Amino acid sequence: MKFKSAFDIIGPIMVGPSSSHTAGAVRIGQIARRIFRREPEEIDVYFFGSFATTYKGHATDVAVIGGVMDYETDDDRIPRAIEIAKESGIKVSFHVEEAIPKFPNTVKIILKKGKHTLDITGISIGGGAVEITELNGFELKLSGESPAMLILHRDAYGTIATVANILARHEINISHMEVSRLEKGHTALMVIESDQMIHQEIIDEISMGHNIQDVTILKE
Amino acid sequence: MFKNVEELVRQAEEQNKRIYEIMIEQEIEQTQRSKEEILGTMAENLKVMKEAVKKGMEGVKSHSGMTGGDAKRIFDYMEKGRMLTDRTFLSAICYAIATNEVNAAMGVICATPTAGSSGVLPAVMLAAQEKLGVSDEVVVCHLFTAAAFGFVVANNASISGAAGGCQAEVGTASGMAAAALTEMAGGTPKQAAHAMAIALKNMLGLSCDPVAGLVEVPCIKRNAAGASNAMAAAEMALAGVESRIPCDEVIGAMYQIGLSMPMALKETALGGLASTDTGLWWKKKIQEM
Repeated sequence: MKFKSAFDIIGPIMVGPSSSHTAGAVRIGQIARRIFRREPEEIDVYFFGSFATTYKGHATDVAVIGGVMDYETDDDRIPRAIEIAKESGIKVSFHVEEAIPKFPNTVKIILKKGKHTLDITGISIGGGAVEITELNGFELKLSGESPAMLILHRDAYGTIATVANILARHEINISHMEVSRLEKGHTALMVIESDQMIHQEIIDEISMGHNIQDVTILKE
Repeated sequence: MFKNVEELVRQAEEQNKRIYEIMIEQEIEQTQRSKEEILGTMAENLKVMKEAVKKGMEGVKSHSGMTGGDAKRIFDYMEKGRMLTDRTFLSAICYAIATNEVNAAMGVICATPTAGSSGVLPAVMLAAQEKLGVSDEVVVCHLFTAAAFGFVVANNASISGAAGGCQAEVGTASGMAAAALTEMAGGTPKQAAHAMAIALKNMLGLSCDPVAGLVEVPCIKRNAAGASNAMAAAEMALAGVESRIPCDEVIGAMYQIGLSMPMALKETALGGLASTDTGLWWKKKIQEM
């Protein structure tokens, strides 16, 4: 089931005018920022489908940037988010895409700072709920509603077991997990959603593991 | 966990509980939060709903200049005491418009189930609260009744205008409000389900064709339509009227209609009212702003 809580239906508390095109866009931007873990120097936003045709009227543009600035959906700075970003020296560009996406409300966000780049695609599925569908070329499915761990690792045997063992030892229950790779034997992405918070010591332990390249934690 | 309305009603009947109790119990199980915490979050939502109504009735204006000020107009009209229907009905209409005018002006609202349809549920519940003289705690409980029905639609069909048209947004909101109002007025779980089915049936096929792509025209007044439709459905259900088509089948029909609706009528602003002469005139004017 896509929707799990009563508050997916009654809520979020948000700045208007659209839950899917404004609040959902804020959430996708926010997830992008939290995975990127730093304030970007450059933000490129690509709108697809209904987002492409109506983003201006629904304030989807300011909403995505507000999310990347790590604002919550009810933050009254959202209407001024683009100005605020530009004032702090961030380069912001919007692109309208004609390609027809699988889901009507799709946005791709590229964040850059120095040598770091994040390329993320998300969809807004209604009522403010979202899903991240692509991350740096890896396909995935991430709602951002429960704590999640994104682990970049070498596509080799035993890696998943190593991570699972560490989590088991710390009594962390995995609620959802998936692995995707671009090419056999190269880099793969493991996404683990959990019911509990995952503490820093666990992240450090996993980071030291053989074949592990990078660990990102995504809190609620 | 209930997957459809039939299971929801059955669970409530077998355990001799209200719909909202089933929803609250599921929320506790799903999120591991305490009952007090969960009720507290919903009370916050109710507070935001009331604030939005109040702000809208004082009069707001959207950035496009296309909408605003109608909630105040309706309130002034009510104060003259010459309305055709009654105060409860007109209050609901006024509150629905007020909430959505605030939403269009980028004010703070509580999405129920979406922002574009955020006026329907508060309008019906707050107008009924005044009529029935119930406390905020009672209203908070019945917001969970609304959530339970919305939850089923969201998981089995859609609550997104881009995916299912306005029937998925104002239609769902109207059904949720009808069910919540029925239960708050003393109706049984079965009657709440019939109210939901009746309200949603009356909204099937509704397109999402916002002028200039803004959540203003026809969205704001359509919330008033959703609220009045919810009240009509609740009255019918409380009188013992039943929906010939069961609620889950109505939700299924809504989903199918959404799939077969052309793209132009699903929040793309490419058809319907958006492509009328006046709709296109507003679009041009707003683009030049």
